[in-house]
Parts: sequence; structure tokens; C-alpha cells
Amino acid sequence: MSHMSSVNAKNLQKLADSIVKHVKHFNNTEVLCLIKLFNVLMGEQSEHRVGNGLDRGKFRNILHNTFGMTDDMIMDRVFRAFDKDNDSNVSVKEWIEGLSVFLRGTLDEKIKYCFEVYDLNGDGYISREEMFHMLKNSLIKQPTEEDPDEGIKDLVEITLKKMDHDHDSRLSYADFEKAVKEENLLLEAFGACLPDAKSILAFERQAFQDTTEN
Amino acid sequence: MREEAQCAANRVLENNTSPVINGVYRVLSTRGNKVPEQPAKLGAWCFGETSWTFVVSDIKKLITRHPQEAALVFKEPLGWTTTLEPSAFGPDYEISKSTVNSKETAKDGQPLLHLSSHAIQVYSFSQLSNILQLAQDKKLKEVRACLEANRDPVAKILGPSFATVEGEDTSMLRLLDKVKEDDEGHEAELKMKMLLLLQQLDMQLLNNSLKQMSQEVRLSPVTVKNDVELLKRFCGEGEKMVLKSVEYTSDYEFSNGCRAAPWRQVHGEICYLVIKPVDTDPLYITCSTAGVYLNGGAEKEREEIDYERKSEVYKDLVTLLKDKSPHFAENITKQDFAIYEEPPSTQKNQHVELVDTEEQGQTQRSYENQEKNVHEKMRQQPTQNKPTLPKKLEPSLKWKYLNLTSSQGEKNENSTIIKTGKPDKETAAKGRIPPRSPEFKNKAHFSSAHLPRRPSARKTKTAGARDEDFSESSSESEEDEDQPDRCQESNTDLPSEYWQIQKLVKYLKGGNQTATVIALCSMRDFNLAQETCQLAIKNVGGLDVLINLLDTDEIKCKIGSLKILKEISRNSQIRRAIADLGGLQTMVKILDSPDKDLKFLAAETIANVAKFRRARRTVRQHGGIKRLVGLLDCVPDNSANLTSEQEKDIEVARCGALALWSCSKSTRNKEAIRKAGGIPLLAQLLKSPHENMLIPVVGTLQECASEQSYRIAIQTEDMIKDLVKNLSRENPELQMHCASAIFKCAEDIVTRDLVRQYDGLKPLATLLSMSENKQLLAATTGAIWKCSISIENVAKFQEYKALETLVGLLTDQPEEVLVNVVGALGECAQEPSNRAVIRRCGGIQPLVNLLTGTNQALLVNVTKAVGACATEPDNMAIIDRLDGVRLLWSLLKNQNPDVQASAAWAICPCIENAKDAGEMVRSFVGGLELIVNLLKSDNKEVLAGVCAAIAKIAKDEENLAVITDHGVVPMLAKLASTTDDKLRRHLAEAIARCCMWGSNRVSFGEAGAVAPLVQYLNSQDTSVHRATAQALFQLSRDPNNCITMHENAVVKLLLDMVGSTDEVLQEAAAGCVANIRRLALANEKARYG
Repeated sequence: MSHMSSVNAKNLQKLADSIVKHVKHFNNTEVLCLIKLFNVLMGEQSEHRVGNGLDRGKFRNILHNTFGMTDDMIMDRVFRAFDKDNDSNVSVKEWIEGLSVFLRGTLDEKIKYCFEVYDLNGDGYISREEMFHMLKNSLIKQPTEEDPDEGIKDLVEITLKKMDHDHDSRLSYADFEKAVKEENLLLEAFGACLPDAKSILAFERQAFQDTTEN
Repeated sequence: MREEAQCAANRVLENNTSPVINGVYRVLSTRGNKVPEQPAKLGAWCFGETSWTFVVSDIKKLITRHPQEAALVFKEPLGWTTTLEPSAFGPDYEISKSTVNSKETAKDGQPLLHLSSHAIQVYSFSQLSNILQLAQDKKLKEVRACLEANRDPVAKILGPSFATVEGEDTSMLRLLDKVKEDDEGHEAELKMKMLLLLQQLDMQLLNNSLKQMSQEVRLSPVTVKNDVELLKRFCGEGEKMVLKSVEYTSDYEFSNGCRAAPWRQVHGEICYLVIKPVDTDPLYITCSTAGVYLNGGAEKEREEIDYERKSEVYKDLVTLLKDKSPHFAENITKQDFAIYEEPPSTQKNQHVELVDTEEQGQTQRSYENQEKNVHEKMRQQPTQNKPTLPKKLEPSLKWKYLNLTSSQGEKNENSTIIKTGKPDKETAAKGRIPPRSPEFKNKAHFSSAHLPRRPSARKTKTAGARDEDFSESSSESEEDEDQPDRCQESNTDLPSEYWQIQKLVKYLKGGNQTATVIALCSMRDFNLAQETCQLAIKNVGGLDVLINLLDTDEIKCKIGSLKILKEISRNSQIRRAIADLGGLQTMVKILDSPDKDLKFLAAETIANVAKFRRARRTVRQHGGIKRLVGLLDCVPDNSANLTSEQEKDIEVARCGALALWSCSKSTRNKEAIRKAGGIPLLAQLLKSPHENMLIPVVGTLQECASEQSYRIAIQTEDMIKDLVKNLSRENPELQMHCASAIFKCAEDIVTRDLVRQYDGLKPLATLLSMSENKQLLAATTGAIWKCSISIENVAKFQEYKALETLVGLLTDQPEEVLVNVVGALGECAQEPSNRAVIRRCGGIQPLVNLLTGTNQALLVNVTKAVGACATEPDNMAIIDRLDGVRLLWSLLKNQNPDVQASAAWAICPCIENAKDAGEMVRSFVGGLELIVNLLKSDNKEVLAGVCAAIAKIAKDEENLAVITDHGVVPMLAKLASTTDDKLRRHLAEAIARCCMWGSNRVSFGEAGAVAPLVQYLNSQDTSVHRATAQALFQLSRDPNNCITMHENAVVKLLLDMVGSTDEVLQEAAAGCVANIRRLALANEKARYG
């Protein structure tokens, strides 16, 4: 048993060592903890769908329960942002690399991440339509208004006015980056895709504390 | 009937008439005369022969005196039907049958005179003059025909652009412009001169005709009134006055200007006067439209006037008076009276012209002057000028500024506005347009619906508390920068911004976090420093939403909201609204947040909001002070590369300090900051290298330094060192706060020494050169003042030549600077060598001049400084020459006891050092009585000063006699029971001196002053002993006093004093004991011997 666990531990350590090279914001122990957490989460996944990572549903559950996200579309996009190789699974590597930005990313990393999330079709631009799509639930519909989408459209225009520096009616990465650098609040301009400070704290405490106890 | 004439005049004036004719009409209408409907036949009714002669002679003059101008070719010929025959023309003309052409031609070959079948056309003045010569005895006829045919000769002579419109003409200015443009050069200049000449002619003509008419024309209420006003100016008692008095019999003036009863007005009577000449009985006079005459006077019983005419009718008051009162007739000519020669209206006109000619180069100035004159005229003769008013005002540029258009219908309102808003400095200072009515404010406050459509209403209010003064003259005022801005907004930008902001607020209200953040960010793109935007946010209910957002959990929304609140809370109305909406409480709570951005934003917003008392109290009551003090707790890191987190920590501390600075304006908050442990944290931050950190920190400290506890803390926490260090930083604001903190703290001697030890005096002296920044200068001079209380510091200042600079600051400085400068000089002058320095730098005169001021704090310091200077005889000579002692003396009458005391103290050295001081003091009428009466004061300092002064005054025997008569002895005796050592000393001195006269010794004894004096010897203060011993010595020359002293056991006390090292005291005590002893001996001798 002890041998088993020591072999297991050795493997884990090896994995952690390989991952930690690619991850900026976690130290070795933390990576180890996150691998363990990943394994636990994997274990919870139903037996019949054993892939090599967390599937979309599981991941969305985590986003919803742990980080308080609600918007389905955004959660989907977050999953896509984590799932770098686009295989519909978040591998342990993707998991840790994603969390690195998600929890502790620098502003630049976060800008990149958010842009990926908001660029729904992945064409390198956030188009007017994409914005509309993302913002369409952001306003309480006024029953009195003739066109219920009027406000959303206006909001899109406002956003474009503020962020579209090259005036091509869509946001390039450069536009987005520039706007966010000017006003950090615009980082999550089209919906919350990052955890707030409280849930980060809660998550980290839980994830990293567990291991110290073990 | 007057109105009728007015109407007629109006009608006539609507035609384009020449200035000459125009002027005549004007004069006529004022005189209430009937004006014919058509002015075609001018001379028939108003121009006497003399007038025409005048015109003729003037044209002649023009030719001879101004040949150049006379040769100017008219733009259009003057044409009329002449009676001259072609044959009359001389050799200079080509004559053929019925046509005559002059040989003299214009440049283009046009003959300057052309006559064909009695129609004559003339192109220059020289030709005109020729004609007049030819016409000989028909001269006048020709001139009349010419003027009648040419309604606006000026226009023809100089071109249509000079056509005289009704009222003031602007041709002069137009011409000036042309001259400036310089393309017409010489010709324009010629024209200019010509125009001036013509106007002069016009004016002379006007005077001339006026003189004539006033002799025959009937009177109107206005003329009577003017005459009466004029006469009143020459009324009064005395040889030179021409009349004793001029009174109306009735105070009531009807709307038509008459004072006569309505049933008498139908007889043409205007008013009744009682004129008392110097040499005859009162004259009872009726003024009627027909003239003035004596009436039967008032019948006393019935208070009714006997309306019967008792004399012949005179054409006006002056003529009547000349006839009735020889004295009047004789003296009136001596007066600068000239009622006929220069009636007010013409005088003004001439003035206009004068100004114009003098200031050809300065168009703008002459505009103003002209305008001013217009106003004066308007005031003086409201009725006369009305019809011509609107056009007259047209040239004023200020009309555009005012955004008012002159329309006929509005002329009355407009004229008042112009009057109040006249663009000169005087009006700017006094006569501002009244601030908006409160209801305006309310409207702007609450009726958001009205808002966009009422930009002007809102505008007026936006200016808020500081903008009470919308006056056009504000080109120099501070408001200026944003004013044009605002006008623009109010006209164009406001609606769009307003609607956009309203829309954004709607999204704030109805959006989720994402939409809210977008709306907040977009809102920040508006110019939030602009009042329009600030108030738009408030008025569409945005403030409520922003403050509500602070209560949510969404950090991003809170940050966004605070970023906006931080900006708009610079507006005082917004501040109050935020406080009203409970924003302060929420922000205080946010200070506990772990998010640093939130913390510093909230602190900075609190700093902005807590600018008024209620807000500061709210912050304190909700535990804000403690939390803000908590923000200060960051270790200043001096290393160059800080992490972003460290930078944020510093920013948090900085904003905390900013908020505390705002809060520290309330005394209780100062206390709260101290209790929350703020002082050591502030001391820590004081070591920061960042100026933006230091300013709020030092600002807070200097604000709190009004409290003793802080002053001690600043000293003990070694903050003086840092304050001194920061004095040398190149930031005037920081320097000011540091100097100001030192100013407040340096009352304490240890602090003063510390400032010196840390070499703070030199930077202070250096800062004196920054005389442009008055706030800094006030703080610096204040610090120097307080520091120079220590004599060692004075020596340092001497070394840095600060005194010379200070003397230079005695003139042209605001009072807050002057108080400190003079205070510093007063302290420095305690050092004898400095007194000479002040004199050499010419400081005595400005100091003495300041004695005439009214600022009490300044007076206290000035008197002290003058007093200190007066200890030097050379200075005293100057003070005496400037009559400084009299000024000091008159300050004894000041209401403020501090000033009184200070003045009394200053008087002492003056009396001591003035040459012939006794005589000087006597020369102040009532001065001695004044100072003696000050002994009734209940202020100890005043009493001590006055006693000291009395001791000096009493050195002069004559003055001593006078003050004795004023009862100085019982008053001094009354004070004897005091326990105040300072007063005791000077009182004893005064008593000692006052004993020297008459039976004063006895009187002091009788008034019971001796027994209390004996008690003075028990005082701890040796200077009291000396003075008391001297007083007792003087008093002991009276046997009864000796007995009293003896009874009060003086001998033992005096015997101790005899052993003193102070020789004066020794001697006085011994003398007193000797006197007592001698009395005892004599007594024994009498009894037993």
C-alpha cells in the first residue's frame, strides 16, 4: 500500500514537475494540489465516459458551483478557453494552465483570456453581433418600450464607441487590449468570465488546504 | 403739451436729418416748444438771423484755418437753387449763358462748382466760401437754402457711410477704422478732420441756438427742476453763497413733473418755490410755463398759497433772482454757473467729442467713454433722449457679450441692464447684476423635467455659491475661464449631453453587472469636471443609483461608481446631495473593504465630500475617522521600483490623508484623529519622498496644529525636522503648508529653537522672495513672525537679511500678509540694532501709515512695531514728523481692548523719546482726558498699558496738572486693590509719578490707595517691589500716609527691601523708612520734647 502510494506520489510529482514549468503562478505544491483536485473531480465523473479530462458538463458545474457563474454561453466559452486543444475535454495540463490565468493571471493574460472568451466564433474579432448576443440579457426589458432590443443595441453602440479604436465596427484584439488598459473595468465588458476575489479565495483555500492536511 | 411736442419731435427725427438740424430739434423738444410738422422752412421759426450769421462765419473760419480740409472734394455735391446770377461769378469760372463751371476741378476733371439755371452744385468748402463771398448780402439766404436742400450735408460731403442716423453717430469710429486700415491713408485722415470740424460747427450752432431759444422759450417742469437743482447747489450760509435756501412748497411731484395742484396746472403753473436770498425777504415764486413771477406767498393760517401774480413775468428763475436780489446778481456771475452758456446736454456732447478727438488711437476706449456719456445723459435727461436711445447704444460691443438684442420695444429694460452691467471695473466691484432669485435655484434643484429646456435658468445656478457675480465685466474675474464654455453649453451642448446621461442612468438602473459597468465606463467619458454633466447626473437621478451601487457586492460596479462620484463631488451641490443620500455612511463602510482600489477611491471621494461641516460630522459619527487613520498605516518605501501592490498601498495612504485633511477642519475631528492614533502615522508619512503624499499630510498637520495637543506632538514626534526639510522642496503648496504648520507651532519656545536647530530659518527667509504667491507669503511671514519671538532667531534672520525684505513687504500686500510682516517686524525690533535697520530701509513711514487701518489684528501688531521702533530716538523723530503719536493716540478710541492696550504701550516709548513730549501730548485735543478715562476699562492689559503711559505723561508737570484735573488720582487709587503683578507694577509707577503734583499725595491717602500698595511688597515680582517702593517713598511725604503705612506693617517689609541689590529699590525703601522714622521722631518730640 505504501509502495503503491509512493509510486503514485512519484508519478504525481513527475507530472507536477513537468506542468510547473509551463505555469507561471503556481508553485510545485500548489500544482500538486491542483492535480489531486483534478483527479478527485475526474473520479466523480461517471464511469462510462472516461476520457482524458473533464468534460463540458462537469466543467460547467464547477464554474457554476465554485465560481458562481450563471451565463450558459459564457460558461461554454470559458470551457473552450480552457480546452486549448479543442478535444472537448479539459486535460490536467489545460486545467492547471487555465486556472493559472483564471485565478492569478496578470492583466495581460486576463485580457487575452477574456478576448478568447468573447470572440464567440474565434475569428479574432468581437463583432457587433457577438456583442449583441452576449449583452442581450444584460438589461431588464422594459415592457413599455417599443423595441425591447433597443437598449441592447444602444449598449453595443456605446461599447463600440468606447472600445473600437480603429472604427471598423468590431473589436480586434488590439482594440480590446487598448480599451482595457485604459479602463480595467472593461476587462469583463461582455459578461463575467473571471471569478471574483471572494470565490478565488474560497477556492484556493479549499484546494490548497486539503493537501496540507493530507 | 410736453408730450405733444415730444411726439412731433419724434416724427421729425424719424426722417434722416443732419446733426445740425437734429440738434436743434432736440433742443426744441426739451424746451417744450411746438415743433412744426415739416421742417422745410427752417429759419422761419427757429433760426434767428444770428444763427445763420454764425454758420456763415464758421464756414469762413473753416476755410482760413484749415485750408487742407477745405480743399477736400465732397463725395456728392451739395446742390440747391441759388439766387445767384451766372454773371456774378468772377474770372475763376467759365461762364456761358446760364451755366457756370469752376476752373478748379477735382482729380477726375469734374468742376468743383457747377451752376445751370439756378441749380447749383458745389464740391468743396472753398467753393462754398467763394459763393458766400459772391452772394454778399444774400449770404444768409444762400446758406439757408443750402441747408434746407441738403438734409444731411455730412453724408454728402464725406459719403453715405457717414449719414447721420438718429442719435449718436458712429461715423467717427468707422472713419477711425479706415484710418487704421491705412489703405485710404491721407484722404481718410482729411475726412476725419473734416468730420471733427463739422461736428464742432454743429455743436457751436447748437449752443448758439440754444442760447437764443432759452431767452424766449417757455418753461417746462424739467427745466424748472434743473434750475432749482442748480440753484440749490449755491445755497447755504455764508458770504460766498448766493442764496440761503431754495424750497418747493410741496414735496409731492406729479407724474408729469409738476408740483402745482392739478387745478392750478390748468393755468400752466408748474410749481411754487420759497427762495430765501441772502439780502432780502423770502421770495414766494410761481413757476409756470409762461415764466416765473412772484406770488402772494403762503398765508399762514390756511396754508394756502396766494396764487395772485405780484410781479412782472420773468423768463426764468435766475433772471428773477437777479432782479430781486442784488446780492445774487452780484455773486452769481462769480460762480462757475454758466447756465446759459453750457446747459448740461451740450456740455456732455462736447465731452464726447473731446474724448473722441483726444483718443483717436484707442477705439475701444472711446467706445466706452462714449457709452458712459450716453448713460450719464440718459440719467440726466431721461425724456429728451428716449427716442434716440436704441440706435445710440448700438455701437456697444458689450451688447453682443450680453446676448441681448436691442429692439425698440425693449429699450427701457435694456438700458437698465446696460447701466448695471457697464463694463468698467467700478461696476464690476459694486454694481453686480443681482444674484438669481432663490426660486431659480429651487427650480434647478428639483424640476429635472424642466431642465433641458431651461438651460439658462440652470446655468445661472450652476455657478453655485461661488458665482454670485455674473457680470459682463468678468473679463478679469476668475470665473472667466469657464464662462464662455458655459454659455456655449447652455446653448448647444447641454441637451445632447443631458439626454445621453439620462440614457446611461437608465441602463445603470435596469442593467446587470455587465451593462452597469459599460454604462459607468461610458459615463466617465463625459467631462465630469463640467458642471452641466455633474448636475445632469444629479438631476436625472443618477446620484441615487451611483450611491445605491456602493451598497452592492459588485466590486466593479462600486469602483466604477466611485470613480464617477470622485469626480463630480468636486461640485458643492453634488457634495451635499451625496451626504443627503447617505453616501458617506456607505463609503465609510467601504473603507473596510479588502480591495485597495475601492479603499482609496472611497477615501478620495470622502475627501471631496467632507468639505462642509455636516459631512465631516457624519464621517466622524460613523467611525470614518478611525478607518481613515487606519488607511495611513503603510510603511513608506523609498526605493524606486515599487510593486503595483506597494504603489496601491501608498495611494490608499495618500487618499486617507486627503480625507483626513478635509475632515480635520472640524475641531472634534482633530481630536478624533489624535485618539485614533493618527499622529504617529502622520509623522511616519511625513518622511515620504512623494510630494503628492506630503501635501495632504502636512495639510492635515497644519490644520490640526491649531490644537495644543498637536503642537506638542509635532514637537515631540520630531516632525519639525521634516517640516523644515520640506520647506526647501520646490512645491509652493507644500511649502505653504509647512510654513503654516511652523507658524502655528512656533508659539512654543522649544519649537522655535528646533526650527533654528534644523536650519529652518534660512529657507523661510528665502521664501520671502516668493512674493507673488500670497498664500505662501502669508504662511512664510507668519512663521517668521512667530520664530522671531526668540531673540536667537532674530539674530539669524538678521544674518539672512530678512528684515530688509520684510520692510519691502509693508506695502501693497493683502492684510493677512501684512499682519504677519508687521508682527515679525515688531518682534525683530525688540533687538536694538534692528530698529536702525528698519529705519534705514524706510520702514517707519509704511508702518505709521498702517496705523490708519481698520484690521484689528493688524493694528495690534502695528502699534507694537511702532512702539518698538519708537524706543530709538532717531526713529522717534520720524514717527513724530509723520504724526504717528497722534495716530497711536486715536487708536485708544478703538473698540478692541487689544488694540487699546497695544496702543497705550506703544505710546510710552513715544513720550519718552519724543522731543518736547509734554507739548506734543498737550497738543492732542482731548487726548489726556481720553487716556485717563481708559482707566475705567476692565481689561487688565489695557489698564497696565494706560498706567504705564500715565507714568510717562506725568513726567511733564503741566500735563500732570491736567490729568489731575481729569481725576486721575481717585481712578488710580481705585485700581490699587488689583492682584495682577503687571498692573501692580505700572500702577505703582503711575502713582509714584502722580504724587508729584499738588495735594495728590494726600488725595491718594484719602482714596485708600496706601494700604493695598503696602501689600504689593509681598509680591513675588521684584519689579513690582521697585515701583511700589518708589510710590511709597513719594506717598510717605504725607504724615497721614506714613501712619497708614505703619499700621500696615510696612517697615519690616521695607527693611528687607533696603537689603536689596537693586539700588533704586534700596534707595526708595530707605527713603520711605526714613520718612516714617522722621515722623515718629517729630511726634515723640512734640509729645515729650
